[in-house]
Amino acid sequence: MTAQEEGSVTAGGAETAPEVIRAEHISKRFGAVQALKDVNLYVRRGEILGLIGDNGAGKSTLIKTLTGFHRPDQGRLLFNGTETALRSVVHARSLGIDTVFQDLAMINDLPVYLNLFLNRELTHRPLPVLRRSEMRRRAREALDSIGISIPSVDTEVGQLSGGQRQAIAVARSVYAESTQLLLLDEPLAAMGAKEGGQILRLLKRLKERRDIAIILIAHNYAQIVDICDRVNLLQHGEITLDRASQETSVSELLELVHAEYGVN
Amino acid sequence: MEAKQVATAVGRGLVRRRELSIFVVCVAAAIYFAVTGSGFTTSENYHTIAQYVAPWIIIGAGEVMLLICGQIDLSAGFVFTLAPFVLTSFTGDGMPLLLALVCAVAISALVGVVNGLIHTLFNLASFIVTLGMAFFLEGMSLIASNAQPEAAPANGWVAQVFGRARWSELIWALAIVAVMQALLSTTKFGVNTQAVGSNPIGAAEAGIRINRIKIVNFALCSGLAGLGGILDGIRVGSFDPTNGGNETMFLAVASAVIGGTALLGGSGTIIGALLGALLLGIVYDGFNLTGVNANAFDVVLGIAIIAAMLLNVYLGVLRRKASR
Repeated sequence: MTAQEEGSVTAGGAETAPEVIRAEHISKRFGAVQALKDVNLYVRRGEILGLIGDNGAGKSTLIKTLTGFHRPDQGRLLFNGTETALRSVVHARSLGIDTVFQDLAMINDLPVYLNLFLNRELTHRPLPVLRRSEMRRRAREALDSIGISIPSVDTEVGQLSGGQRQAIAVARSVYAESTQLLLLDEPLAAMGAKEGGQILRLLKRLKERRDIAIILIAHNYAQIVDICDRVNLLQHGEITLDRASQETSVSELLELVHAEYGVN
Repeated sequence: MEAKQVATAVGRGLVRRRELSIFVVCVAAAIYFAVTGSGFTTSENYHTIAQYVAPWIIIGAGEVMLLICGQIDLSAGFVFTLAPFVLTSFTGDGMPLLLALVCAVAISALVGVVNGLIHTLFNLASFIVTLGMAFFLEGMSLIASNAQPEAAPANGWVAQVFGRARWSELIWALAIVAVMQALLSTTKFGVNTQAVGSNPIGAAEAGIRINRIKIVNFALCSGLAGLGGILDGIRVGSFDPTNGGNETMFLAVASAVIGGTALLGGSGTIIGALLGALLLGIVYDGFNLTGVNANAFDVVLGIAIIAAMLLNVYLGVLRRKASR
């Protein structure tokens, strides 16, 4: 075993896992704005890919393309190795691509357990009658298993803190039966250090399960280096850097992002 | 010690379940009128109250569903007015009463589908859509009736079941409350209705078909209003084009709001609307019995609605504190 291979094993063993999604030569234009030029990226199962880049670099457009919200003008998406055209967010979700948007899509007037099962409610088939106690039980289990602490699954979501809501949004996406790829658009943006830490621990625990690929957009490079296996830098609609987190550092990433302005 | 514990538990219940607080106010109002007025505690008077409240409860049940999903139906009062004349146009052609009744309710529901389609297809506020529909239906009622009352069907078991029998209208109202409350709180449809009103974008992102949910609720509200109009007309013995209308609709909405339904969507209960209607009915009836000028009723109604809203806001704050 060469040193390089050994290094890749300690990086999480994800290098040999199958690719969940691969984007090839993706471009997307909105009128005069070329949001994405020629994007190539991939994520393997059990891997967290950090996506960084300045505001306006195209991060959100890329996420929305990977979740079926936008259709690329050119290029193709391979999902589990098969070329796939995502028709809509609902279509992407049915395939196992789930997104936690910045607005979280939480229903404030509903309790935690009904938010976890939103539009996937358990019913006494063929009757449309809710199985509330079963949903409560499973919600409690799910939240316990990833270490989210809330007063009760009966609490209305509107009464929870930002971090708790974020954690529940993540838990909801993960516990959708077939989620294979989870995209998180700045999950830590509106959060204090303590709450952010809670989400990061949650993502680490998900990574340890090895059955899900995660793409994480964040502005805090220390967090990215800490939690992600690889980092991709998006600049002017192109991926300009693809590196294992171990082989880079916060200062290098900062330098790369800021070098752009030095040149211009 | 025990009394104190009971009092604490009751106090907590009042805060937790907003219906309970309306119920307590209902009981207090009933006791007040029973003590001060004569003839409040008679079977005859209970029947009078039932006649007042049944239409508000039936329409209110539909309005609660619509309010929860963030909409309102201002035309329900005139669906209530028009439906009996739709019924007579069918029976006039020789259709059996039961079938004519089913058809009239179906056409009423269709009005709701039209309201819902205009709202969802053109993204026009339901307030405006149903306001226009209200005027349209008022005109249609006058045209269909030639602005004249008609005799309502009075013979046969169908007429007995649908309003003629003494407590029939109230029994229908209570059955509707039971069914609609079950729909709201025990089914996926009910939860989705709440989600649509609370966060339409989030609900859509979760894949809930928000337009379909809204249209079904518009149809439910109009269908119930149509049924209510027919029941009420058969009870009275004549179909009157001046019956129902805006006043009935607004009292139904007031019942819903007094019963704790949020005007901006997201939360509410059908049982709350039942209690809200009951409170309005008791006050209205009590004023009549105690000889207070009936014109003062609207003054009290206005104050009651605002007070109920303030109480709801206040209780909401307490509830949030209690659950922390």
